Amino acid sequence: MSKQVKQLDRVIIRFAGDSGDGMQLTGDRFTQESASFGNDLATLPNFPAEIRAPQGTIPGVSSFQVHFADHDILTPGDAPDVLVSMNPAALKANLSDLPKGATIIVDTHDFTARNLAKAGYAANPLEDDSLAEFAVHPVDLTGMTVEAVKEFGLSRKDAARAKNMFALGLLSWMYGRPTESTIAFLERRFAKVEAIRDANITAFKAGWNFGETTEAFAVSYEIKPAPVSAGTYRNITGNLALAYGLVAAGVQSGLPLFLGTYPITPASDILHELSKHKAFGVTTFQAEDEIAGIGAALGASFGGALGVTSTSGPGVALKSETIGLAVMTELPLLIVNVQRGGPSTGLPTKTEQADLLQAMFGRNGEAPVPIVAPQSPGDCFDAAVEAARIAVTYRTPVMLLSDGYLANGSEPWRIPEVADLPVIDPAFATARNHTVEQTAKDGTVTEVEEFWPYLRDEETLARPWAVPGTAGLEHRIGGLEKADGHGNISYDPANHDLMVRTRQAKVDRIADSLPPLEVDDPSGRAKVLVLGWGSTYGPIGAGVRRVRKAGYDVAQVHLRHLNPFPKDLGEILSRYEKVLVPEMNLGQLSMLVRAKYLVDAVGYNDVRGLPLKAADLAAAIGELVAQVEGAPVDLSGSEPDSPADKHAKAIR
Amino acid sequence: MTTTQPSDHTTELGIPALRSGVELVPTTDEPQTGKDFTSDQEVRWCPGCGDYAVLKAVQGFLPDLGLRRENIVFVSGIGCSSRFPYYLDTFGMHSIHGRAPAIATGLATAREDLSVWVVTGDGDALSIGGNHLIHALRRNVNMTILLFNNRIYGLTKGQYSPTSEAGKITKSTPMGSLDHPFNPVSLALGAEGTFVARTVDSDRKHLTSVLAAAAAHRGTSLVEIYQNCPIFNDGAFDAIKSGDTKADAIIPLVHGEPIRFGADGAKGLIRDTETGGVKVALVADVGEDAILVHDAHNPDPTMAFAISRLTANDYLHQAPIGIFRQVDRPTYDDQARGQVATAKSAVSGEPTERLAALIGGGDTWTAV
Repeated sequence: MSKQVKQLDRVIIRFAGDSGDGMQLTGDRFTQESASFGNDLATLPNFPAEIRAPQGTIPGVSSFQVHFADHDILTPGDAPDVLVSMNPAALKANLSDLPKGATIIVDTHDFTARNLAKAGYAANPLEDDSLAEFAVHPVDLTGMTVEAVKEFGLSRKDAARAKNMFALGLLSWMYGRPTESTIAFLERRFAKVEAIRDANITAFKAGWNFGETTEAFAVSYEIKPAPVSAGTYRNITGNLALAYGLVAAGVQSGLPLFLGTYPITPASDILHELSKHKAFGVTTFQAEDEIAGIGAALGASFGGALGVTSTSGPGVALKSETIGLAVMTELPLLIVNVQRGGPSTGLPTKTEQADLLQAMFGRNGEAPVPIVAPQSPGDCFDAAVEAARIAVTYRTPVMLLSDGYLANGSEPWRIPEVADLPVIDPAFATARNHTVEQTAKDGTVTEVEEFWPYLRDEETLARPWAVPGTAGLEHRIGGLEKADGHGNISYDPANHDLMVRTRQAKVDRIADSLPPLEVDDPSGRAKVLVLGWGSTYGPIGAGVRRVRKAGYDVAQVHLRHLNPFPKDLGEILSRYEKVLVPEMNLGQLSMLVRAKYLVDAVGYNDVRGLPLKAADLAAAIGELVAQVEGAPVDLSGSEPDSPADKHAKAIR
Repeated sequence: MTTTQPSDHTTELGIPALRSGVELVPTTDEPQTGKDFTSDQEVRWCPGCGDYAVLKAVQGFLPDLGLRRENIVFVSGIGCSSRFPYYLDTFGMHSIHGRAPAIATGLATAREDLSVWVVTGDGDALSIGGNHLIHALRRNVNMTILLFNNRIYGLTKGQYSPTSEAGKITKSTPMGSLDHPFNPVSLALGAEGTFVARTVDSDRKHLTSVLAAAAAHRGTSLVEIYQNCPIFNDGAFDAIKSGDTKADAIIPLVHGEPIRFGADGAKGLIRDTETGGVKVALVADVGEDAILVHDAHNPDPTMAFAISRLTANDYLHQAPIGIFRQVDRPTYDDQARGQVATAKSAVSGEPTERLAALIGGGDTWTAV
């Protein structure tokens, strides 16, 4: 039977099921298949904080969205074209996100009276006309899986667990995905339990064959590989890229990496990953609490290691005092904050950007800390290396602000050449650095060499990093104010004022080492600038593209360095009539640029624990463009499948 | 029932050296004196403070270790005693309240060639930093913790501390404190500390002996030092210091010796069959054979804990003094470095080549 093959330029699929149904694994495998096929892609895992929330309920639904295309894309997509739903709760929880005409593939097996009730359905939606505006494919995925794997003699429960691989097989057929990597993966993953391994591989193949033979699916789709710049690629999540970046920073600086940390969602994967790389001289220390994690990291830095601590917002709150100590002792230290929804415990598994002001100001006293933020999962690698460069060069704690979306989301990443990575020079102090004259009782004057731990490099204002074991450089540092130069305790008012200003000036000097900002303003005629930071890069870029596609001018600048700001930022902001600052918070970068540059920045703020939507951003940008042009803006032609005004928000 | 290798290095405390706490620290042949370890900073404790005596003892004792000065690091927290590092001409960090054991853990793990010391007090170690203390002890990180216990908050001017006797009248407790005090030795033994000792600021000889044994111990050594605060808690330790009372107040612990005290050793410790613990008896009543022989190397900390319970928790009229426990257990930092070394020995090639292999691993594809 030969089936019709349709060409598509991009597809958004969401796999949704119970938290125990293996949806994250299914989505991840589909992503890997798409990546190796050569599509551009972006993913959005979305799962509950509970490890096993009550089965079959809405709070227990876990989903994984993947957007793949034959061209370069920036986001995991606003609305799924296809929903794979493993039970009634998954259908109910995700239905409102689907546009009219979307495809729904649903496992009918769990649509029992009991499960329908658990999901809050009064009637079976598969049997009434409530899904009339969608293309619904009811399939007994579980039943067919159990049938397909019965030869392996598994319990019914274990056999049914392979249903996610059946679903993956079916979707892999529908979109012409290569299957070798998934079969190889299953062979590795279940190498120890033959029956389970064979059942999963069989279910996967059965799903594929079902698609190939059944008349229920008449069409399969082809999404051609995306043209990309030459190089070797892999698919990578933000947490993995960040961990690799830290390993790279250790190699490029020649310093042993010391991670002192305490498990916390969504940062723990960084600990898990780094603990595998001891061969690179990486030590991982799982401390008794967040405070001990950073304390040990700072102790290791004092000893000449590259000290790192990884956490999320609640952990940063606990680490604040030690960050202040690192500011005062002027030792290199990396603080990785994988931001999640707050305040307090907040939304542990969801994303947010609301810790910017915490990073900026969350300490007692004048305690400036440089801030670096990656803009995409793969960019977490470069951002980690950059944060290490600043920490080591300027002898300072540096905050690396990732977030839950970057951490768990993935994208194809062009693997960098190690030779192209920056080399970081620890430049340890090896000799005394100051000469004093000492007068003996008999009046003879001799010159004596001393070590002054707070004498500074003229260019960077960095102090010497003199590690224990270096003869002649014995010295004491600590949290009390230090006298300029010799570094002994000083309560002198003028000295304190000088030291406060010097610590700030040192952080400000970092701006001297930053490249000019990239202003994306293709026509040069834009009057509206969209300024962003961190993980909103993708949605902002996609929103900007839609506005341009509709024929309007808009410029985009994305910040990697939040403290200090690049030197040309003020001048760039002054070139535009309106500056829009989209953030997943209530306006934190807006507040900073308004305060520093007296610019009337307009915030676009959305704090739902999910990435911003490109369509909403396009609408917000369009509204500002209309204001400056004095004429209405029509974006309807730019993205017909996703009405730009559907979720438009009032601009604050 | 000793678990340790006999050695010719013994002290008056009866403690043979195990794997040395400083065996990986570079030594020097240059003669050293206390002056070499004295920094140029003016010492600013109150006149009569017990901290002076401990500082003198430490400065006097460090040359005995024969270590290179630059390989010694003192880390402290916050409190009067935590100014200690400023007065020693070694590397030092005066850190933040309660966190010194955490910072020292990172330092000791990162550097096998350092002799790491923590200076802390009863508030720093047992109140704000209690968590770090017990976890350092259970991990057995190679460091020596000097816990100066004056049973009061000095730097904040006289509030009760977690070792103050219940009912103490202080600035913050005008009707008397309500907290039951910690016994630092019991706490450390409960955390399965591998070296737990107690000494007194004014007994320089005993203090020095305990410091020597603590430095020689590989693992976390906790030394509680009774230390008088002449301003806010003067006389707290008079019973164990004054000539008329100390014979009855101090229960001296010497490994391998019967635990006897009082005038002419008339009193001794025996097992208490009713409670399962230890109690004081007259040797004349129970006979010499019933008197417990101190075994600091017993792998089971039960007996050491029972002895620690004989510490008075109100006015300090009775306290066992000496090394309660010293057992050998692998240290966290040795094992952490061991894992790194094992992993390193399993690979070859330049780090940059291995980095390229790491980041280029996984499922990859090439675009041309």
